[in-house]
Amino acid sequence: MTDAGNSGWAEHSIHEHLAHIPHARALGVELLAYRDGHCVVRLPYAEQLVGDPDTGVIHGGVITAVLDNASGMAVPREGLAPEQRAIATLDLRIDYMRPAEPHVDLIVTADCYQVTRSVAFVRASATQSDGERLIASSVATFMLGANRAAPPGFSNLGDSK
Amino acid sequence: MKLLRELRAEGKGQDMAALLKRIPYARFLGIEVERKGNELTLVLPFQDHLIGNVALPALHGGTIGAFLEFTAAIQLLFDTESERLPKTIDISIDYLRSGRPVTTYGRAIITKHGRRVANVRAEAWQEDRTRLIATAHGHFLLTPVGE
Repeated sequence: MTDAGNSGWAEHSIHEHLAHIPHARALGVELLAYRDGHCVVRLPYAEQLVGDPDTGVIHGGVITAVLDNASGMAVPREGLAPEQRAIATLDLRIDYMRPAEPHVDLIVTADCYQVTRSVAFVRASATQSDGERLIASSVATFMLGANRAAPPGFSNLGDSK
Repeated sequence: MKLLRELRAEGKGQDMAALLKRIPYARFLGIEVERKGNELTLVLPFQDHLIGNVALPALHGGTIGAFLEFTAAIQLLFDTESERLPKTIDISIDYLRSGRPVTTYGRAIITKHGRRVANVRAEAWQEDRTRLIATAHGHFLLTPVGE
């Protein structure tokens, strides 16, 4: 990490992190915006994600996966020791307000609103790229320092003060 | 509407394997179903694209969440004739252990079956039935046949 300030390396690292999540790649998750404690991702509509072939609506589980993924990425890593950066989802609760419109991308925004020594609390919501309609919202808690194996992108952040 | 009606017309109203084959996202995850009498077990064979953390490696939390959602919905469809697929109103997932890169199994119990809403609990495990990797409970909106 030679260039840029904190936000520079953080965004670089989060791109690397996302690229190393096989399931996120398989779903087609793209990073739209990132800063420590906040992230926005896009999920392009795809036929293989359809849960109801009669309507073309994507499966709720797809939204679950993207909310989980974005929420995990919103857990702040700056200032954490390397061994604390590996996280594990403790729980995730999702409310589905309405089915996602077929053939329209999904936008998921996640914010970490509280972090303690060992737990991070994250809110997220899913909307669609054609408007402000809320598709789903979630709250999740994550354990910090969940294991010794920090995922790529977070293992090599270098210590921040 | 059509999907469930078609399956019933083909005499496959309770053939959950046939149903899963027609749902693209179930095929994407590779979900299968085993039936013994009236007991269903959903099966998620391991595939590389289900991984969330390559360093461990561990299944993606979203993979497990989606699998539990399918487990609950399929149990509902098996138990009741419906006009449409159940719609998830809410689901709450507790992650108990990291999912290892092996086959995952899931079972669901319907806690309360109302006319329009069902409350369902589901659990997932891998080699050891007593060591659950995740549990979930949620509410699903139902559309009884004829509505």
